[in-house]
Amino acid sequence: MENNDEHKEPAKQDVQEPSRRRFLVNAGFAIGGVVVGGALGSIIGRKAKEPAAPEPAPTEEKPAVPANYNRALMFFNQEQFSIVDAATERIFPKDANGPGAKELGVAFFIDHQLAGDYGFNGREYMSPPYFKGEKVQGYQGHLKRREMYDIALQEMENYSQAQFQKGFSQLAGEQQDEVLKAFEEDAVEITTISPSGFFKILRSNTLEGVYSDPLYGGNANMDGWRMRNYPGNQMSFTSIIDKDFKTIAPSSLQDHMAAK
Amino acid sequence: MATKLPKTDVVIVGVGWAGGIIASELTKGGLNVVGLEKGRSRKTEDYYMVHDELRYGVRYDLMQDLSKETVTFRSNEKIRALPMRQYGSFLIGDGLGGSGVHWNGQTYRFLPYDFEIRSKTIERYGKNKIPTDMTILDWGITYDKLEPYYDKFEKMAGISGDENPLGGKRSNPYPTPPMIKSPAMVKFVEATTKMKLHPYMMPSANLSETYTNPDGISRAACQYCGYCERFGCEYGAKADPVVTVIPVAKKTGKFEIRTHSQVRRILHNGNKVTGVMYTDVTTGKEIEQPADIVVLTGYVFNNVRLLLMSGIGKPYNPSTGTGVIGKNYAYQVIKGASVGFFEKEQFNNFAGAGALGVNIDDYNGDNFDHSNLKFIHGGSISLSQTGQRPILNNPIPGGSPTWGPEFKNNSLKYANRALSVGGQGSSMSYRHHFLDLDPTYKDTFGDPLMRLTFDFEDQDRELAKFLAGKCGEILKEMGANHVDSLKELGPYDIVTYQSTHNTGGAIMGSSPETSAVNSYSQMWDADNLFVVGASSFPQNAGYNPTGTVGALAYRAAEGILKYRTKGGLVE
Ligand SMILES: Cc1cc2nc3c(=O)[nH]c(=O)nc-3n(C[C@H](O)[C@H](O)[C@H](O)COP(=O)(O)OP(=O)(O)OC[C@H]3O[C@@H](n4cnc5c(N)ncnc54)[C@H](O)[C@@H]3O)c2cc1C
Ligand code: SF4
Repeated sequence: MENNDEHKEPAKQDVQEPSRRRFLVNAGFAIGGVVVGGALGSIIGRKAKEPAAPEPAPTEEKPAVPANYNRALMFFNQEQFSIVDAATERIFPKDANGPGAKELGVAFFIDHQLAGDYGFNGREYMSPPYFKGEKVQGYQGHLKRREMYDIALQEMENYSQAQFQKGFSQLAGEQQDEVLKAFEEDAVEITTISPSGFFKILRSNTLEGVYSDPLYGGNANMDGWRMRNYPGNQMSFTSIIDKDFKTIAPSSLQDHMAAK
Repeated sequence: MATKLPKTDVVIVGVGWAGGIIASELTKGGLNVVGLEKGRSRKTEDYYMVHDELRYGVRYDLMQDLSKETVTFRSNEKIRALPMRQYGSFLIGDGLGGSGVHWNGQTYRFLPYDFEIRSKTIERYGKNKIPTDMTILDWGITYDKLEPYYDKFEKMAGISGDENPLGGKRSNPYPTPPMIKSPAMVKFVEATTKMKLHPYMMPSANLSETYTNPDGISRAACQYCGYCERFGCEYGAKADPVVTVIPVAKKTGKFEIRTHSQVRRILHNGNKVTGVMYTDVTTGKEIEQPADIVVLTGYVFNNVRLLLMSGIGKPYNPSTGTGVIGKNYAYQVIKGASVGFFEKEQFNNFAGAGALGVNIDDYNGDNFDHSNLKFIHGGSISLSQTGQRPILNNPIPGGSPTWGPEFKNNSLKYANRALSVGGQGSSMSYRHHFLDLDPTYKDTFGDPLMRLTFDFEDQDRELAKFLAGKCGEILKEMGANHVDSLKELGPYDIVTYQSTHNTGGAIMGSSPETSAVNSYSQMWDADNLFVVGASSFPQNAGYNPTGTVGALAYRAAEGILKYRTKGGLVE
């Protein structure tokens, strides 16, 4: 192994900077004496265009947020997007702790996921024949996730119209909850997909959008992480592993790129 | 027509832990070895962007592409097996290093009882303690005989740990000191000590300090980065085949690795194997690689599948209990666990390492009296701190909402206020749990998929409840304000992740009537074929398997070298 010497003394004081630098040096990226956060700030400039971005927490310095060109749609149409945007907000709502799914960009995250491998079930066994299985045998449908979303969002819309004579995104919050609950409990009659199966996926995708690295389009500003004191991508916790709880400002994978 | 290549001494099918160890030992012993690996090549530099829970932890970046190959599953013979279309219960390794790249590194030795479970159980409790359909067997090797090979594996990997007070005898201490204890682990140690149990540090393949192994390989210390299980290590601190045994084999100049090479048949003539047929997946060409010795190291499923597809050994017949290939598939009872919620304290749950933890073995093996219990064996109980990444870890009190405002509030609140203590229950083998070829579903080459027939039994249900109860007691003693424990194990399902500790199908034993391989992992029916891995476990222990897989691989390598000079079944 190269660079073993770097590891003999685990970082003792600061958790973030020295360990990240050590990692970068090990991986062959020279960053000299550049202070990473500062470099990032000056490269990107300070044209914060994101209206949803909350004010930076007073305790920490955040780099300015660049225009977010990632916030456009790859898969959903406008109507689908607004249903997902509203539904995920009910699953993970804005509250005193901080932003909800909407502000975090969860619907954009889901849109982007469905446009790729995940939406096509690209790395899953989708070969026939298809049989209805036992619950313990897992998903046995032939629909891909993007097809399932297409159908389910239409069904959510239909159900909302039938129950409340309005589209899902126009409903009051409690009514939206009722619709979601009906799906969760299989109280909606649909033959093509399992309503509860879809609800499970929607819930999982919501948490993924809240907590995945912001590079995927959700977890805006790392605020999903911040709300639960999750520090994101840190290169070392050696100096705190035997210590009491500590809040550490989060860092994302982009910090690696910036350092390059 | 397959292209036929020149003959080599040894061909290895799958280059993960077992394959890597065997390659390094055989090439050091002077043999020419070809390693065929179906997946891609891998190196530490690939993990520059590895702290990505979505990509690696949730979308399984490092695991086998199931669109190409999976397994089928049914709970019993009466129902139709259906493909595992998406990952769930366990994950399948792929690419250089196999699952060894993204494992946690919890590296145990099985208990002496494990290797002689049938005779010891009968000796202490009488014949009737073992239900008639439970097909557990002694391994045909004892702990003491295997001890030197455990030692070898631990030295190669640099395992960090302290002695298990209830474990088998050790010839040497662990090569590196235990990892650092977190405050949660200190709590566990204090509580279990007070309860007169015997805590010890989890043996870890995440290095506690810089270490140079007997092969001259130096590796860095673990940084407790919290992205270990399901991730590759960007420091090379986690022992994996790519940073340990594979470079040693390569350095000899006698190891040729061919990635993207999927072995599809073992070729044989009478009771000797003659080589393998594989497909180069980049060109689709079929290639024949003749060899004097063939070693199967493709993990449980592919070891057994290749034997069955190639017509080697007698297939297991569950209705008569005869035959051996596919017999005694077993797993792990991992759901016997409890979660404790602490209202007044927070922990650095985000930090951790794959094998950072503390255990007790007071309820493992036959370390406690089973006379009045409805199960045999037990499991290791541990508190581990592997890094609670936020997508997959949202502990909330049982019965509380799983979405909406209350969920959000609870999940944020308890992210750093919940600790779990879990049992790793053993898994006994049964006559009706087995592996065979699926009659319907095929892989991308048109070859049949492996079919699993498996469910939990009364033994497992009792064991899970028992372990969950013990875990709960420990958490209460640790000061948890509220504890949720598993109540009922329920049926085995392939949907929720439990563990990648599948075992059996080409089991080890002392007779060709009841087992597929001898204690050198050598096939009784074809003495130049060695089948190495957890496929040889006759049942599973209350620990993670790889320490034992590693030990068996070192012993198999010794057997292969002996076979090379003397021939015949190695004694
Ligand atoms: C997330 C995770 C965490 C784990 N944590 C632990 C732990 O903490 N402790 C522990 O003891 N164990 C753990 N394990 C289990 C451990 O990874 C395995 O026991 C170990 O890797 C088995 O080694 P192996 O060489 O038998 O198989 P593998 O490491 O899986 O290697 C098999 C290789 O063979 C290749 N292969 C298969 N079939 C073919 C074919 N037909 N042709 C060519 N190549 C083929 C595969 O691509 C693969 O690379 C974990 C597993 C997972 C998935
Ligand atoms: S926890 Fe340690 S061993 Fe595991 S990936 Fe991180 S640095 Fe490597």
